[in-house]
Amino acid sequence: MNDLHQLTINQAHQLLKEKKISSVELTKASLAHLAKMEEKIRACVTISKDAALDQAKEADKAISSGKIKPLTGIPSLIKDVMCTRGIKTTCSSKILENFVPPYDATVIEKLKADKAVILGKTNMDEFAMGSSTENSAFFPTRNPWDLDRVPGGSSGGSAAAVATDEAIYALGSDTGGSIRQPAGFCSVVGLKPTYGRVSRFGLVAFASSLDQIGPITKNVADCALVLNVIAGHDPRDSTSAPHPVPDYAKSLTPDIKKLRLGIPKEYFVDGMQKEVRASMEAAIKKLKELGAKVDRDASLPLTKYALAVYYIIAPSEASANLARYDGVKYGFSYQDTNNMWEAMEKTKQFGFGSEVKRRIMLGTYALSTGYYDAYYLKAQKVRTLIRREFDQAFQKYDALVTPTSPTVPFKLGEKVDDPVQMYLSDVCTLPINIAGLPAISIPAGFADGLPVGMQIIGKPFDEETILRIAFAYEQATDWHTRKPPI
Amino acid sequence: MKLSREEVKHIALLARLGLSEDEVEKFRIQLSNILENFDILKQVDTTDLPPTAQSITLQNVLRPDEAKPSYPVEDILANAPRQDSNCFKTRAVLE
Repeated sequence: MNDLHQLTINQAHQLLKEKKISSVELTKASLAHLAKMEEKIRACVTISKDAALDQAKEADKAISSGKIKPLTGIPSLIKDVMCTRGIKTTCSSKILENFVPPYDATVIEKLKADKAVILGKTNMDEFAMGSSTENSAFFPTRNPWDLDRVPGGSSGGSAAAVATDEAIYALGSDTGGSIRQPAGFCSVVGLKPTYGRVSRFGLVAFASSLDQIGPITKNVADCALVLNVIAGHDPRDSTSAPHPVPDYAKSLTPDIKKLRLGIPKEYFVDGMQKEVRASMEAAIKKLKELGAKVDRDASLPLTKYALAVYYIIAPSEASANLARYDGVKYGFSYQDTNNMWEAMEKTKQFGFGSEVKRRIMLGTYALSTGYYDAYYLKAQKVRTLIRREFDQAFQKYDALVTPTSPTVPFKLGEKVDDPVQMYLSDVCTLPINIAGLPAISIPAGFADGLPVGMQIIGKPFDEETILRIAFAYEQATDWHTRKPPI
Repeated sequence: MKLSREEVKHIALLARLGLSEDEVEKFRIQLSNILENFDILKQVDTTDLPPTAQSITLQNVLRPDEAKPSYPVEDILANAPRQDSNCFKTRAVLE
């Protein structure tokens, strides 16, 4: 078989189970294809070829003794923000350029327990701060649909890699849209689970009350399979939820008749591109045809405050979390002084890039004496109102449907010098993190060959309903089967 | 909200973040611009509202206080920029 790298998780699992292919064959095929794609896309920061082949051999042993699980032997890529024991974890930052974690993140432990194969680590905006992957300290990643455009971010490497079949699936992390926006920009499926659904242990912290890990996959069924493995309570993350984990694959029935879908008008903003609007109109029509009860008059008036709330809370938490990079325990360390404070200040000055510094400054300001009440506390109170507004909406609706991003992928360099314009790229996704809700982005069309993503937002811990809606829509369309012209 | 260069330097000091003179000027302009965008929150009445620190309502998560093996010292020190006698080595805090 020639095109093993093109398989989905379900297809690869079937072939592995029937022993028509081995994991070593599949892994070698993926690595060969990955090397070819990397010349154009640059989605990976580290390729761990030897470790991957060892894992593939282990997987083949397990399979031959009859122990196969849905992810056994299947090649994946991991955003370089999750700790991998013995494999560098850089967060695409100079400050962690040579950091080799002494332990695995819980999600990595779970993948390894099921004998998954990890091909390497993917590029990202430094410390997951950004919407284009241009904030990587190493190199930008390209959008496979147009190499002059960004793949989105911050999980741009993971999304571009899945879109080009470099791996069968990938993991990303999402603090304000960092899984969904790049998934939308690259025409793949990306899910941000409910806050607390997936353990954050071993996820390098950006904004602890907003961060979640989630799958980036080629289709919705694969997304459910990966979520099945990574979801669940973890005693090492006190914010992980004790709620039982359902079998998400079982929620994938294409019947969405009678489901009540709200289309909040505030998400169809003024700055929205008309091509995105047109794709969304067509997608909403399709959902109606599938029998859903669509309400175009849904309204979430507080949406306009979400951007400000987010850009106070996330940088505030980041400024606290990133204080740990003091050059003492790990990471880049400025050595040319005997003064402790100077060493600390220069370590951060030379170790962090512009966006990270900007957010540390912003957060430190919002938390400082005299400004705490006006900024941080105020934002937390408005957060309460935004959560309540979603709670009320979910008394009327089973899910909400919006565009993932107001625009198609933009050009490299277009927004790097204008932070506020860059921040607006996440205007449809970040309210969901503020409220801690689950949301999925799925391919919903193309505008002049550039992908448009649709976001489906669910009630807390109701990933099943949004997966079901996404699955029904996917079954009725063929956007997810299109491959980038590369 | 227009920040002064002194305010920018004060924030950097609080964060122990070194900045070049060029960065001080760049952040003065950019942060002022971003902070102006936050003024919109003044429109929202938040009287008597509790703040939300995180979105799920778990509180006081406890576990039994049992000793468990920790990571090996050599694993934890493997990334240390400077070490001495099985310890991280730092510069003098008090002179």
